[in-house]
Amino acid sequence: MHQTALTSFRVETRTRASSVFAAVAVVVVLAAFTAPFFVSRSVIQDLFFILTMLVLAQCWNLLAGYAGLISVGQQLFVGCGGYAMFSLVSLAGFDPILAILAAGLFATLIAVPTAFFTFRLYGPYFAIGTWVIAEVGRLAFAQWKALGGGTGTSLPREAVRDMAGISLLRDVFGMRAAQAGDAATYWLALILVLVTIGFIYRLLRSKQGLGLAAVRDNEIAARAVGVDAARMKTLVYLATAFLTGCCGALIYVQKQRISPDAAFSVIDWTAYVIFIVVIGGLGTVEGPVVGVILFFLLQNLLADYGSWYLLLLGLIGIATMLFAPRGLWGLFSDRTGIQLFPVRRILKGGPFAQDKKGGPNG
Amino acid sequence: MNWLDTILQGVLLGGLYALFAAGLSLVFGIMRLVNLAHGDLIIFAAFLILFLVSALGLNPFLAAVIAAPLMFAAGWALQFLLLNRTLGRDILPPLLVTFGLSIVIQNGLLEGFTADSRRISAGTLETASVPLGPVNAGIMPILTFASAIIVIVALNQLIYRTAIGRAFRATSDDPVTAGLMGIRHDRIFALATGLAMVVVTIAALYLGTRANFDPSAGPARLIYAFEAVIIGGLGSLWGTLAGGIILGVAQTIGAAINPEWQILAGHIAFLLVLLFRPRGLFPRAVD
Repeated sequence: MHQTALTSFRVETRTRASSVFAAVAVVVVLAAFTAPFFVSRSVIQDLFFILTMLVLAQCWNLLAGYAGLISVGQQLFVGCGGYAMFSLVSLAGFDPILAILAAGLFATLIAVPTAFFTFRLYGPYFAIGTWVIAEVGRLAFAQWKALGGGTGTSLPREAVRDMAGISLLRDVFGMRAAQAGDAATYWLALILVLVTIGFIYRLLRSKQGLGLAAVRDNEIAARAVGVDAARMKTLVYLATAFLTGCCGALIYVQKQRISPDAAFSVIDWTAYVIFIVVIGGLGTVEGPVVGVILFFLLQNLLADYGSWYLLLLGLIGIATMLFAPRGLWGLFSDRTGIQLFPVRRILKGGPFAQDKKGGPNG
Repeated sequence: MNWLDTILQGVLLGGLYALFAAGLSLVFGIMRLVNLAHGDLIIFAAFLILFLVSALGLNPFLAAVIAAPLMFAAGWALQFLLLNRTLGRDILPPLLVTFGLSIVIQNGLLEGFTADSRRISAGTLETASVPLGPVNAGIMPILTFASAIIVIVALNQLIYRTAIGRAFRATSDDPVTAGLMGIRHDRIFALATGLAMVVVTIAALYLGTRANFDPSAGPARLIYAFEAVIIGGLGSLWGTLAGGIILGVAQTIGAAINPEWQILAGHIAFLLVLLFRPRGLFPRAVD
């Protein structure tokens, strides 16, 4: 209890595994950035799919695993992002890259009234409430005749061809137009993944993140010690809407064709995402990464079986929730104690042994 | 009197939505479980009735009478074996498990019955109608509405007048204390879900004879049921009927203005109620 003993304490979240991982991650990311020069277009398209699903999964994971907001309506922000990008590019002549950011802002704008309505609903009813508003979005955009109404429309060919940086890629690296387009959207997806994971990890390690975990574990107790639960939830909801909206816009820059049923699809943008997070590990940053890889492998293996494939996904999801509620990464992490994105605060430098484990998320 | 007819059709449609919602409301009231597969279970029951009608050549009403105990057993088993394991302080597991179940049922039906739109034929009843003052009302919509009222009266009688209902209410208030009094909450929950599935079967009968349905029609039914519950206010079955009627009238008025606006008008009515009366029109529950 001496002053000197007290000052020698420090709070850290870093572990040896996470330091090693950070070094490996830098190498992997650098390698990923150079990928378009070495691998074929179809691989780049697969990687693009994995990266965009990862962004959606990380966002949903932040909502459900940390903020306790179980949304079944994330397709609202994917669809709004996609449609905002389409209208800005084909009706207002924006550059797609600028339109992606504007689409994120539009999704955030939509999230404000959405939050206003759905936050009034008690826990499980919140989930259906978000779904209803996503349906409203789908029906409303189906009325927009300038963008094809219910049947949808395509992006003008020259829009992506003339996107900022594409001509550079063609001139300097001798890429063909379609190849350059794929490479550019892939890099944007990679950047979006890094921004999303970076944002989430920083948030979780910050004071606000600790407050968020406290709210999730016990909202009343957290409010009693001064955490503004409603404000935290709203901020997280708006931030994930922005990222999901950007991701939706990016997906449709690559797809170049949009229709209300596809852009607001609950299966594509929410059910798959929930599956990825649940099977990978809810409430961890690593979980969605594991989940998205597994999801991609399963999809390639079983896509030919159509509805049997979806049926199997549903069953795997149910079994995971029942027998391993913290997912594959949770199982692995519990056995080995390894965390690649540690958020648990560890007290270092004190006289006490540090082998006592607390909760998994700080 | 076009408007009077539109409103009457909406009110009668509301009976169907109240039937969708009653099962959802019952389950939520007793165990705070929101079953995201509720709509898919309605469609499942509709296919079950369709199967009995086409395979055995039964009258749809008789088929529903046979389907009801089967659905009760399915609901009982579903709750006892699966959903009871997910209940707890955390609301996430039941939501995600029922969401998974919704996808399993949809795709199972797709494999079993293909994606074709189906309809249960009710013979001449389908087109029969009676004059009500200046307008005509179909016999089937009137039967639907009457069934909704009978179901609500029966459920209210069961909940407030019988020993089982007392056990339901006690378990809803406090499962642990109810357990001390000898009530096994897991069986009460299973019984409640079984009952909800009987209501689902009745809803499925009228859904299947009224309009076409296909394996992917479930989520929309869940959404209508949910909107009726929230408009009416949690915890009140009569409120749910009122919610269903408001939703039905909003939809038929929307459709009368522009057929594309039918569903959207219902959603907008729901959002307006949520805006001005966030606890619904007739709130009873305090949670």
